Parts: sequence; structure tokens; C-alpha cells
Amino acid sequence: MGKYFDCLKEDVRFQEGLSACMNCGVCTAVCPAAEFYNYDPRQIVDTVQSGDDKKIEDLLSGEQIWYCGECMSCKPRCPRGNTPGYIIQSLRTLSQKTGLFVKSEKGRQQLAIKRTVGQNILDLGYCIHPTRIDPEKHPEQGPVWEWINSRPKDVFDRFGDSYDSGNPGAMRRIDDQSLAEIRQIFDETGGTEFFELIEKYSAEAAARMGMTEFVDGQERASEEYADMVFTVNNGTHSL
Amino acid sequence: MGTTNNRYSWERYQKQIPDDHFYYARSCIRQNFFPGSEAAFLKIMQEELGLDVLDDAKHTSCTGIGYHADIVPLETIMTVVARQFSLMTEAGYENLVSSCITSFGIYTEILAMWHHFPDLEEKIHKHLKKATGRDFVKPKNVIHTSDLVFHFRDRIAAKAKYKLYDVINERPLNVVEHIGCHYSKIFPTNGIGGAEFPYVLAGMIESWGGKVIDYPERRHCCGFGFRNYLVQANRGSSIANSKLKFESMAPYKPDFIVANCPGCSMFLDKWQYTLAEMEGVTYGPDHKAIPVLTYEEMAGLVLGYDPWDLGLQLHQVDAEPLLQKMGIEYDYTKKYLGKNGKYIGSPKPCNCF
Repeated sequence: MGKYFDCLKEDVRFQEGLSACMNCGVCTAVCPAAEFYNYDPRQIVDTVQSGDDKKIEDLLSGEQIWYCGECMSCKPRCPRGNTPGYIIQSLRTLSQKTGLFVKSEKGRQQLAIKRTVGQNILDLGYCIHPTRIDPEKHPEQGPVWEWINSRPKDVFDRFGDSYDSGNPGAMRRIDDQSLAEIRQIFDETGGTEFFELIEKYSAEAAARMGMTEFVDGQERASEEYADMVFTVNNGTHSL
Repeated sequence: MGTTNNRYSWERYQKQIPDDHFYYARSCIRQNFFPGSEAAFLKIMQEELGLDVLDDAKHTSCTGIGYHADIVPLETIMTVVARQFSLMTEAGYENLVSSCITSFGIYTEILAMWHHFPDLEEKIHKHLKKATGRDFVKPKNVIHTSDLVFHFRDRIAAKAKYKLYDVINERPLNVVEHIGCHYSKIFPTNGIGGAEFPYVLAGMIESWGGKVIDYPERRHCCGFGFRNYLVQANRGSSIANSKLKFESMAPYKPDFIVANCPGCSMFLDKWQYTLAEMEGVTYGPDHKAIPVLTYEEMAGLVLGYDPWDLGLQLHQVDAEPLLQKMGIEYDYTKKYLGKNGKYIGSPKPCNCF
């Protein structure tokens, strides 16, 4: 047992997710990520329960822990009551806290998620918003979304008077007090610090590639780096 | 060897659903892609059924997409959820009804974690107090909006103007029902019918005249997978899982798909477009795609609501063949009219199906 295993044991999801795995492989059989990725949750659980810190460090630095979609299909099927999805959540949190996430292509993507979904939450109080789903970055959304994105107020007004207003209803504007409370919650509970950690370690990785920029006097990973991690796929992940 | 008492074993999956007084929590994805569905849900509950459902402008995202993409820490989302409970308490409600499947999963999961780790709940009370000055009381009931529509399905059937019936070929419509993973896979006893045989949508379909299709990949995830869609480089995984489902359901000739998760409804719609564009493949009859409805849209059509007020024009897969099968009277010329009948343009045509 070692420092990584001890850190994992502090996460309540790890405590809830791992009792004793007997390696039956039901989780892998039912897993949508294992269907297409080179991914085997059974092996990950087996590695983690060994308590071998070197092997756990390899997991934290590698690609595999980032393949899971957190659908939790594994949870109701495990005959021992384990939840590999919870174990993955605790591994991903630790990978980001230790900065090891920047060692893998899939791990580095956390910056792109932080700068999109994370920023949306802090700016707007929503994870997603019609003005922030760019059709160029979402060609799969098709021409109907392109139309909605081009004139959201006109489209949404048919369904009520709420769009970007203070009224209750779809895509209402979250009032300043509520947004302030959300930001204070992030400050108080470590959410802001976690975002800053993702930026810090990403800046270090980007600096090694010569892909940083200065914003408000601080060196950070450039938009070019964020675009790169959002789009690059080296083609070695699938079966 | 003992025998299984089937009647008893199913009792675990019968969910207690309160009859009235709900605090409504909106969904980021549903209000973004299906604003007509949320409006229809409230209209059905408040106007058709006369229920007390509060739509509060002050609640925010639960941050669940960020949590399941692993950028939002556990204690942060717990405190955001505690703030939603505080707003509910402040408004005088004890029943929380969530429009989002992932939020529903998160609310139930957090309540279970607090039950197992009471010190953590105490810590969240302190976090919320320090950050916002608020206190909260946990809800007595957490349910999903599809639970409520299921609960009142017979009252909706009694008011139905249309049935889930093909009036041209005189047969019940074949319906694929897709249950969002976080509805009952996290906590099977919190979903009607559990994880293996969820009945929440099947019950609506049967009550409204349709026929439920069983197919091999019925319980497979739609493929969303949070980071597997949010990051462009990963979307191959997301679409591949949807494709697996389409290939599995196509031989059973579904007339439409209905889902209770807003994300699943959107992906099963949009991925059919993408697959048609990329590979020229379609899964419905006559080289058409399979229309995808939310359960609010399905209920709204049964009740005779205008398809364009329900927002069917916001889907990528055209639902008009389904409307024609059901014998629904609708006016195509009103499809792209906005508020006050103003023409608001229309999407570029899609030539792939």
C-alpha cells in the first residue's frame, strides 16, 4: 500500500465503489466504453485493489481511466456490489490533483472541458447554453441546430417569455444573486481551486510544447493548445 | 431450493410517487434542445391535471455534466445540490421533481451518500451556510418528471385526442423506449421497474395505445458518456454506441423512439443525421430516419397539442411521417413561425434522409 492508494481511500466514492472484486468480468461485459475502446474495467479494479502504488501511478498517468462514460451500467450488475464507475471517478480526481492527467492524450482533454462546461457554469449558471454550442465545433448537430444557434431568441420565444429574461422558464437568465452564490460555493468547496489546478498543470504541459499565452499577466495554456486537446485523436484508443 | 415469489420481488421496484405539490428542477440539456417539452410538461401538470408545480427562476444547473466529466469536485456539486434543496425548502415544498435524468441520479446518489456518511452531510451544511448563508432540509421525495407522467398516465389517456395508433394501416404503433442510464442503473429501487425491466415509458406507451418493442440492445447506453461527447476527439465512441442500438432495433421496424433522458433524446436524433451524412445509412423504412420523441412530446401529441408548440421542428429527424400515421391534423405553414406568428427563417434542408 502507498500514497496513491491511501489518497484513493479518502474518496467516499472509492469507499462505496470497492469492496472486494472477484474478477468475474461482468462489468466489462456490460460496459459501453469497453464495447469500442481498448478498455477493461475488470482489470482496472483488479489493479487498484492490489494496492500497488506503481501500477496505480501508471493508471493515473495513462489513457485507460479516461475511456469510461460514467453511465454506471456496471453498478447494478456487479455480484459483489462494486461500482467500477465510482472507482474511475476517484482515479480521475486523483489524476488531476497530482497533475498526472497531462501525461495522457485523453487526460489532457480536461482543460477543454474546464474551459467550456466549467466556464459556462461560472458565467451563466448552466452547463450548456444555446449561444455556446458552436455549430463549427458541433457539426453533428446538423442544420437544425445551426438555425437555432443563429437566432435563439426568436426560436425560444415561441415556447414562453423566458429566454434571457428573469422569468421562470427555458433558458432564463440566472439572476446575479444566484450566480454569485454558485461562485461562492465553488470558492468555498474547492471547485475554484480544482479549476485552477487544471489550468496550472495544463500550462506546464503547454509550456513544454511552446503553446502558452499571457492573460492578465499570467502564463496559461493557449487557446491553440485547448483546441488541440479538444480535437486530437492519435487513433490508438479503440479496439 | 426456495422458490421466487415474483409478486414480492416486484414490490421492490414499485415507487411511491406523491400526488401533488412539487418543486420543479429544470434540465440544462432539455431546456436547451427541447424547450417545448418543458413547457408541455408544466402545461399538462398545471392546466390538464390541476397540480401544484412550482417553476422557480432561482435554481441553477446542478453542475452534473461538469461532475460526470470530472471537472467539478464531489463536495462542490453536493453544495450546489444543497442550495437547490434550500430553495425548495424556502418555497415551502418537500417533493423535488427533476426534468434531467443525470440530475435525478445525482440527487438520489447524494442523499444515499449522506445516509452512509452523515459527517459529509454535516460538512455540506457548513459549506452552504458559509458560502451563501443558507440552510436546507432534504426532500421527502425525489422523483423524475417521467415518473409523474407515468403516475398520471391513465388520466392523460382519459383526455386523449389521439392514440399511439397507425390509422392508415390500422395497427398499434411500434415504439422503442429508451431509458436514460442514470434513471435506474445507479439505484434500481428508485426507478419504476428497476434497472432490468424499467416500466416508466412502457407503461405510458401501453396506456396510450402503442406496442412496446423488445430488442437485443434495449438497455444499452445511448453512448453520451459525458467526456465521450463533450470533447470532439472522443465522439466516435458516442456515435458508435448509438449505432449499435439503431442496428439492433431496426429489424423490428419502430415507428418512433421515445426516451426519458434529455441527452438520449437529443443524441438518438442527431446521431441518425450524422450516420446518414457520414455513411448514407438510415434505420427507418424508405431510407428515412426513425423519429425520436421526448415523453412530454409523446404525451402532448396524445393530448392533441400543436406539434410546433411542442417543438418538433427543433428535431433533426422529421417527425411529420409519424404525425401522418397518427392521423394528427397539423399545419405545415406554421412550422417556422415564432412568437406572434412572425416567420423566423428555417434550417437549411437536409438531403441525407
